[in-house]
Amino acid sequence: MNSVDSLQYFIPELIVVGTALVTIIYDLLPDSKDNNSIAYIALGGIALTLIAIFATGAPTESLFDGMIRIDGFSIYFKVIALVATAVTIVFSIQSRELDPNTKGEYYSILIAVNLGMFMMASSTNLLMAYLSLETVSISSYILAGFLTHNQRSSEASFKYIIYGAVASGTMLFGLSLMFGLTGTASISEIGAKLAGLIEDPDSRLAVMVAVVFVLTGLGYKIAAVPFHMWSPDVYEGAPIPVTAFLSVASKAAGFALFIRIFYLGFGQIANLSTTNWTLLLSIISALTMTFGNLAALPQENVKRLLAYSSIAHSGYLLMGAVLLNDTGIKAILFYLTIYLFMNLGAFFVVILVANQVGSEMISGYRNLVSRAPLLAISMAIFLFSLVGLPPLAGFAGKWILFTAALQKHLYWLVVVAALNSAVSLYYYVRIVKAMFFETAEDQTPLTFSFGNRLLLLAFVIPTVLLFILWEPSYEVINAVIKDFTPADVGKLAATVSQQP
Amino acid sequence: MLLTWMIFIPLIGMILVLLIPRGQDNTARWITFAVTLIPLLIAVSLFINYDRGTAGIQQEFSVPWIESFGINYHVGLDGLSVTLILLTALLGPICIGASWKIEKGVKAYMALFLLLETGMIGFFCALDLFLFYVFFELTLLPMYFLIGIWGGPRREYAAIKFFLYTLFGSVLMLVAMIAVYLKSGDPGVRTFDIPELVKLAKTSGHALADPAFQKWAFLGFFIGFAVKVPIFPFHTWLPDAHVEAPTAISVILAAVLLKMGTYGLIRINVDMLPAGINYWSNGLAILAVINIIYGSFCALWQTDFKKLVAYSSIGHMGFVILGIAALNKPGITGAILQMFNHGVISGMLFLLVGVVYDRAHHRDIKGFGGLGAKMPIYMGITTLAFMASLGLPGLSGFVGEALSLLGAYYGSFDHSRLLTILSTIGIVIGAAYFLLTLQRVFLGPLNPKYEDIEEISPREIATLIPLGILTIILGVWPHFAIDMFDQNVDAIVKAVDATSKAVGILP
Repeated sequence: MNSVDSLQYFIPELIVVGTALVTIIYDLLPDSKDNNSIAYIALGGIALTLIAIFATGAPTESLFDGMIRIDGFSIYFKVIALVATAVTIVFSIQSRELDPNTKGEYYSILIAVNLGMFMMASSTNLLMAYLSLETVSISSYILAGFLTHNQRSSEASFKYIIYGAVASGTMLFGLSLMFGLTGTASISEIGAKLAGLIEDPDSRLAVMVAVVFVLTGLGYKIAAVPFHMWSPDVYEGAPIPVTAFLSVASKAAGFALFIRIFYLGFGQIANLSTTNWTLLLSIISALTMTFGNLAALPQENVKRLLAYSSIAHSGYLLMGAVLLNDTGIKAILFYLTIYLFMNLGAFFVVILVANQVGSEMISGYRNLVSRAPLLAISMAIFLFSLVGLPPLAGFAGKWILFTAALQKHLYWLVVVAALNSAVSLYYYVRIVKAMFFETAEDQTPLTFSFGNRLLLLAFVIPTVLLFILWEPSYEVINAVIKDFTPADVGKLAATVSQQP
Repeated sequence: MLLTWMIFIPLIGMILVLLIPRGQDNTARWITFAVTLIPLLIAVSLFINYDRGTAGIQQEFSVPWIESFGINYHVGLDGLSVTLILLTALLGPICIGASWKIEKGVKAYMALFLLLETGMIGFFCALDLFLFYVFFELTLLPMYFLIGIWGGPRREYAAIKFFLYTLFGSVLMLVAMIAVYLKSGDPGVRTFDIPELVKLAKTSGHALADPAFQKWAFLGFFIGFAVKVPIFPFHTWLPDAHVEAPTAISVILAAVLLKMGTYGLIRINVDMLPAGINYWSNGLAILAVINIIYGSFCALWQTDFKKLVAYSSIGHMGFVILGIAALNKPGITGAILQMFNHGVISGMLFLLVGVVYDRAHHRDIKGFGGLGAKMPIYMGITTLAFMASLGLPGLSGFVGEALSLLGAYYGSFDHSRLLTILSTIGIVIGAAYFLLTLQRVFLGPLNPKYEDIEEISPREIATLIPLGILTIILGVWPHFAIDMFDQNVDAIVKAVDATSKAVGILP
């Protein structure tokens, strides 16, 4: 589809851009900083985008001459990104860390990240993939360093930039190698051509290097070991709403692009699998979850603990990506949805506690059960769900991932993951222990507005219900993934394999 | 449907208890007590109306739950589960009675207890492997909080140790469970239904019946259940958890939670993985003997009353495992009977420890002396429980152990006679530590510190009487319980097709 025709399907993205611009302009108005009106404009923009996504629907053809593709898969990730952004905005309204004078920039950047994430979820072209990745990264660097008066925040941003620059540079090199090898930037065609090239021993090494370099950039985005080094510092230094945002939305977008490139690019072609991506990816997955969990064990800062836990969860999610099949992708989508609720819920509690108690350390959570029972019980539910205990949604997510991996006979990986969940119990429970078993000197009850309680319940209820109503939610994902494999990829693969 | 009510009435009760306004602790106690009576009534009626002449599943109820993965909400009863459900339901009101004096966070305590009861009853009713696992795990959370908040001085350590050990076991079980599911058929017809899986696992040529697969799957399930039983070397959480837990929770832990392990072993490892159990029965028997001897010796050296009972539990659960490993009719009958008996007797023992601890605020056996003069009724009940536990003929402990040993003597594992003879050492030592304790606590000159120690109260007696009566009934009329699961044991033994040496000997 040519560019002009494509525009009608591009309305959600245009609304996102519009909202970002409106927030900046509104910020220039005299009284705009006295209240949270900017945040509400941003929320309004998100609501409009959400409506537009469902109103425009998905065309069968790729847009902008094969640059992006709108299918159930990309819509799903767009909705996840929007929900996460909306929640982040509500968190930001609550947060006392942010400087009221920079609200306009903050919200407009937050909205702008969405544009990048939208493109990450839908790009079918290497160039577009790289551009969208950079859009997300650069906006994230700014968000991480938004507490200009805070050294840790600046440090976080700086580390983020350095690691990010190296990773994306490496990725770009990998992409250029791919382009050089195949002469095309379209992901589906690349897969088909690489399949032919890998048969040839001379170009085999080049293909491998290219793929591994691309993996570096993607691994950095989802904080997979060994590209994770930035994440604990960034998560700890960034404002809490931004940490929550990075750990959910940005990770989800990373997985979307990962799946697009690896599944559509390399996964569809049988003889590419002779290079054994499965082994490489399973090792990364196992290392990521093990490192995340072990590093989380001694943490005293809850934000940092959740940062490492988020690395561990990337590892679990990678189990689904390892498989490069539909079951694996469905497992990833399902897990991400559950992770969205339980992780954002946990971060919301961290924000509320940080506001009221003034501490991000585990010791600040002592005796929370008698100071704020609802908060303590909700936090316990989120944490146990993150462990993956039934009857909470986290168990359903892990269960589907484990089943998917066992179907591919990755027994060792599943055993590693299962043992990892048992290890993770230890550090999550340290917070629970502080909340329920330990006594605090300060016994004053904490008070929360009605809206905050309601929002808390909005996280708790899905965390419980998604377990019981697992079947209907899984059906939705089945429907989403149905049109994921474009017919032309299959055709291309067939033609390539027929060539002598 | 009746079973579903029995499972979820405690959960409804939990919500009720949480809705009680602050400060009305007595209301919370009475409501919880009343709620726990309902499952008991249902369990008694199920027990009485159970058709003893068949091995089939009764009171079956099934609705689809997660169809994409072939998961159903499927509950039902057989002789084994109906017996253990009676035990669980009976201990509900007894434990609430024993928790009457808890003053800290009464509402939360009662709510968690009711949640625990839902998990336990659900576990014994579940006939879907997935549901079975969910209920198995559901007992962990309330237990963790009950030990961690209301426990003794080292409660936090004990609670997390219990939690971590059990979770480590159960995640491996989860992997085995998914593996079984994936082997059960082609996509679309895979199932978690336990009776269905049992059938498939015995169909020759089916992927599930493959001995190599069963061998590995057995290990996964075994570790999950072995932690729960607990079987040496997975037992170290138990003394800590028991010592730190409040009385009623120790009772539940010993009487019901340990049985979840052995129930799982029989239901899954023996019934569903017959080739697996045949392969591993030698190892299982050796572990059982270690459990018996090690547990008994550890109990002998304890000076802490509660720890003594905890280690004696490890020893007595060894007889259950030994009976299971025998894989013949007397062995498995004895194992199941011993499960029920141990539940009743260890429940009594922990309640009795609680009684004296509430008065003296310590549990050092050597710190008492001569209490018999001041607390004759207490001494009488304690003597009954001790005698039952050490296996005095005429009381229930004897029958289960004797049958287990008889089965083991003719058991299918190697060196069955030698191992059985070795395990009788456990009984001798059991007599030693119980009699020694009896002497140290109740006989001799009265310790002047306890001049005015109070006699056991009517409330405490009321919690002990039902268990005491059961001990005597089962001692003289074991068929009261054996008849319930006789047919099931026949079916299991036939399927396992182990050596038929001992068939027809007893009972």
